[in-house]
Amino acid sequence: MADKPLLPDLMKAHGISRRGFLKYCATLTSAMALPPMLAPKVAHALETTARPSVIWLSFQECTGCTEAITRSHAPTIEDLIFNVISLDYHHTLQAASGDAAEHAREQAMKDNWGNYLVVVDGSIPIGNPGYSTIAGISNLDMLKETAEGAAAIVAVGTCAAYGGIPHADPNPTGAVSVSDIITDKPIINVPGCPPIPIVMTSVLAQFLTFGLESIEVDKLGRPKAFFGETIHDRCYRRPFYDKGLFAEGFDDEGAREGWCLYKLGCKGPTTRSVCATVKWNNGTSFPIQAGHGCLGCTEPDFWDNGGFYKPLSVPAGEYRKLGLAAVAGGAALGVAGGAVGRANKARAARAHETVDAHDLEKKT
Amino acid sequence: MNNPYFDLLMWARGPGFDIALTILIGGILLRVVEIVVLGRKKDLAKPKGSPVSQGIKTIFTRSVPRKGMMKDAPVTYIGGYVFHIGFFIAFFFLGAHIALVDDLIGLNWPAANKALIETAAAASVIALLALAWTRVKDPVRRALTRFDDWLVLVLSGLPLVTGYVAVNQIFGDPTLMMAVHILSAELLMIAFPFTKLMHAVTFAMARYYNGSIQGRKGAES
Repeated sequence: MADKPLLPDLMKAHGISRRGFLKYCATLTSAMALPPMLAPKVAHALETTARPSVIWLSFQECTGCTEAITRSHAPTIEDLIFNVISLDYHHTLQAASGDAAEHAREQAMKDNWGNYLVVVDGSIPIGNPGYSTIAGISNLDMLKETAEGAAAIVAVGTCAAYGGIPHADPNPTGAVSVSDIITDKPIINVPGCPPIPIVMTSVLAQFLTFGLESIEVDKLGRPKAFFGETIHDRCYRRPFYDKGLFAEGFDDEGAREGWCLYKLGCKGPTTRSVCATVKWNNGTSFPIQAGHGCLGCTEPDFWDNGGFYKPLSVPAGEYRKLGLAAVAGGAALGVAGGAVGRANKARAARAHETVDAHDLEKKT
Repeated sequence: MNNPYFDLLMWARGPGFDIALTILIGGILLRVVEIVVLGRKKDLAKPKGSPVSQGIKTIFTRSVPRKGMMKDAPVTYIGGYVFHIGFFIAFFFLGAHIALVDDLIGLNWPAANKALIETAAAASVIALLALAWTRVKDPVRRALTRFDDWLVLVLSGLPLVTGYVAVNQIFGDPTLMMAVHILSAELLMIAFPFTKLMHAVTFAMARYYNGSIQGRKGAES
């Protein structure tokens, strides 16, 4: 690690100006919800910190997370991220293959034992080790082996963080998240399907700049800086929700006017992420802006949370059949109850004895 | 890793709602059908007036306070109006509730804005508190009040309060509060057929019956 070039050399090699670098640091600082005065510290840390080794493990995944991170805001940032860290192992991005690739992982682990960072995307199948293997090694074994010498683990994407789509009912592979297996290492979850590129890079940058302790996470292991508020809170369509103006279809008047997508199943009110503010593709847009409701992809089990196109207030079960049964059952019980009542009434009428004043006098 | 708040929300939207709806519909039908089947003894006397028109009229006229009663019990009447109208607005004009009704029976109508809904909900809760206060303060009402009355009062207020908290994220996790709101509404649905809440269905039957008796006797109800 010590013989690897520091950032200033790399910046020169890639034609990145100091101004460009500082702008990037300011963006990262802002994205991490840190005060602007800390931007120089971010820059200093990135300039002087020796590049830590990063081992990126891809398990049951679709490569969407990697696709996303390679589309980080600008090409210069993309270069920067891959050079600030020493990405020693990544299936998709590394040039090596076969034994050489695996050797790179083993070498990186050996050279940086106890200090390297493990990034995981994809869930781990525990139903059968053969469901997903790399170089003949099961995902479970590779994760355990690699995690052993790691300083920390970043679970990137909802599959690694919570099991994601492979974990969806009926979960045929027995997919689980990283935190379901590794319990003795610090794990930061950066969920999303895929996560926002700058969120991934910012978490890595914050880890490098301020250390693991600086990353405050919620109960689901997500950095609060990026998962502290719901999308609904920051959605530009929120004023329409407040006005009671909703799109009823994807091509109706409301949809064209940009009204709230709640009735089309938007999960923004229960989904924590910065999608609405940081956005994607250099701040161009995000799903709701593109006209589709939020799927809630930063939340566990988002695939099974009642259907993407059902509003949150609409029942998710088979209530219609039960409702019809209740109509029939209630009516039948009502008839029975009424009949019992009538029988009691008739019995009371039959048992009724008329009395006159003489009878009463006799009784007293 | 699971999010227990989501698990709770999914239970409330799934099995919880199924159970509540089954009890609500089954319970209402049980009670209404039982009342109808039980019937009344046929009055063989020739009617002196119009029982049907007086019965129908009474359904509406009983919603207006009798002469002097507004002065005697202003909190009861005004509180009653404010609560019912507020609850009606908050339930039927919030977009999320309209989406629910749309899914249940396919009816859809425009939603109201947040300011109106929240004003109505807040007014409803204040009215409930005022009504509770009169129950405590007035010795006659206090003597007449049973556990059932307090239960109904609390169950009616909970969905309003939890809904307000959930929409405005005043405290708690938004997913948890949404689950709590739905669960509170489900409690109301379960209690509905077996408490005085049933008046929301039987009021028309009872008023019609009382009005028709008067009409049959030739009296104005």
